[in-house]
Amino acid sequence: MNTVSTTRYLDSLLQGQPPAGPLAWLNQLRAHAVDRVGTLSVPTTRDEDWRFTDISPLTRQSFQPVQDAAPLAPAVLDQWAIPEAAARLVFVDGRYAPEHSFNRAGITVGNLAASLNQHGAAVQAQLGQHLAIERNAFAALNTAFLHDGALVILPRDLALAAPVHLLYIATREHAASYPRCLVIAESGSAATVIEDYVALQDDAYFTNAVTEMALAANAAVHHVRVQRDGAAAFHIANCAVSLAHASRYHSVSVALGARISRHNLNVRLTAEGAECSVDGLALIGGAQLADSHTLIDHAMPQGTSRQLHKCIVDGAARAVFNGNIMVRPGAQRTDSAQSSRNLLLSGKARVDTKPQLEIFADDVKCAHGATVGQLDIDEVFYLKSRGLSDTAARNLLTYAFGAEVIERIPVASLRNRLEQAVLARTQTAETGAARTA
Amino acid sequence: MIYQDSKTLLAVRGLHATVNGIEILKGMDLTVKSGEVHAIMGPNGSGKSTFAKVLAGHPAYEVTGGEVRFEGGNLLELKPEARARAGVFLGFQYPIEIPGVANSQFLRLAYNTVQAGRGKDELDPLEFDDFVREKMKLLEMNPDFLDRSVNEGFSGGEKKRNEILQMALLEPKLAILDETDSGLDIDALRIVAGGVNQLAHKDNAVVLVTHYQRLLDYIVPDYVHVMESGRIVKTGGKELALELEARGYDWVGAEVKANARLAT
Repeated sequence: MNTVSTTRYLDSLLQGQPPAGPLAWLNQLRAHAVDRVGTLSVPTTRDEDWRFTDISPLTRQSFQPVQDAAPLAPAVLDQWAIPEAAARLVFVDGRYAPEHSFNRAGITVGNLAASLNQHGAAVQAQLGQHLAIERNAFAALNTAFLHDGALVILPRDLALAAPVHLLYIATREHAASYPRCLVIAESGSAATVIEDYVALQDDAYFTNAVTEMALAANAAVHHVRVQRDGAAAFHIANCAVSLAHASRYHSVSVALGARISRHNLNVRLTAEGAECSVDGLALIGGAQLADSHTLIDHAMPQGTSRQLHKCIVDGAARAVFNGNIMVRPGAQRTDSAQSSRNLLLSGKARVDTKPQLEIFADDVKCAHGATVGQLDIDEVFYLKSRGLSDTAARNLLTYAFGAEVIERIPVASLRNRLEQAVLARTQTAETGAARTA
Repeated sequence: MIYQDSKTLLAVRGLHATVNGIEILKGMDLTVKSGEVHAIMGPNGSGKSTFAKVLAGHPAYEVTGGEVRFEGGNLLELKPEARARAGVFLGFQYPIEIPGVANSQFLRLAYNTVQAGRGKDELDPLEFDDFVREKMKLLEMNPDFLDRSVNEGFSGGEKKRNEILQMALLEPKLAILDETDSGLDIDALRIVAGGVNQLAHKDNAVVLVTHYQRLLDYIVPDYVHVMESGRIVKTGGKELALELEARGYDWVGAEVKANARLAT
């Protein structure tokens, strides 16, 4: 019975689909996705992959794509401005907003729909090729809606020093949006791409994003992902990254917002000598749930991967981390290290962490570890012995715990702003007892 | 140095303390006057480090008897942070690493908190930067240390220098340095000891907790105490340290036992 109702729920979401476009291959991609959606259902906690994440609250509300973009005063966007950015693409409730977007990068940074004429072949070769939708209802759903999105093409040997900012703004209650992003990094190119999810309201909405990145040989991409959605939002994201020979991918994902969020990140090292770092921070409280599933797939020899995933959980919130490191047969001399560190700030907070190593090669170096706990008594004492109150000491250590991940973001203004956000979220007021000390 | 007109900073009487229900300090007595340098030596497990941590107020240690008066007041009533503000400083044997917090940020926070607690002026980041750089010269520290995370990736010697830098900033009346010499090569030992010597004056006091005599070649103590089984069993001048270095600790214990037999 449950399956029937959840299948119907996906059908209800499909209703807002845009009409078919002029490109046959794109229509085919979408039609296939629609088929897949028809055979899949909304995952439940009986699915191993969703054991700890009960997404059923989503299915108790209805969401539809918005048909007309709400005009926003430019000044509204100032709060999220990244002054360093060479280009910015803004999507409001899922719809591209050219009036708020700019491109001074001198390369292709634009909306997918407008770029297909010029870059159709390149896009066709990559779009939908990196993320498997066969058994992934949300990725299939996103693809069923695929008609626009963000496209970044980094030309061969070009290093873009300034970041590209993709800003997704949620303004409306019950809006469904299906952000799609494709980054094509040609050989030897380098850039920083920021995906930034923000909200102007705290009512429920549904974001279901898909990002694909293809890094050619020797390309280097820093991928920053900031999820600061509204308090009642549902945020589902699937990201797939393919790494060619000696390419380097560095990802920092920060989850602060949403009622329920789920981020799947699959990084596949498809050729020798590829390298990645996949870092994450979830900082949540109240009744929030933040789930991060990562797969680092060492398919070829001499790959390097590093992962630091941290959760700071307050209130009755729940964080989930599932970090899978796969070392396939023949992926010799893989060097991988993974660390999951979790800080629980309240008695009701909960974290489920599951580091997974699957190793099918014999000449590899893989280390992993997980810790769950409260602040270390010796660390607190050290700070108190220097005069800091108990509250000040705990605040500083909690902040530091998060800042270690934030520090890895290579964009100063964003880093500073997120450090302030972490600071604001981790500081509790001095208690009377602490003051009288 | 021993001064005629010095006042008593620290008076420990019959101090007992436990950790996890096990008694470590069993009747500790010690009096420290301003201007003095004391060395507390003793074999591993004799309670030296416990004594240092109890004075600073480590929550894992429970005081079960005796008293500690600091400048006449009851030190044991004060929380660790209040002890720091009152002028008690513990140099840690194993300084804590705090990734994510810049050393400069930490040092300024500690400095300003303690200054405010003493009713003195706080410094803004620019003023503090000048101030701390001056203090760092004392310890031949590279200014790069300000930008790095607190103690993260510091070598043993760098951590200990950072401890003494904190002592220089916080200007304690009583500095307890717990195994400050451990893990130091000879150059780092010379620098750290030189820093401590420059910070010592007639109005403050230093208690060195150390296993080896080596440190005392550089920081010359006025008194050397030997701890065993949770209390001080012998006190002498700096020559006692040399004797311990030459003969080890066993003879002290034997002497104590012999004296105890004579007394009964």
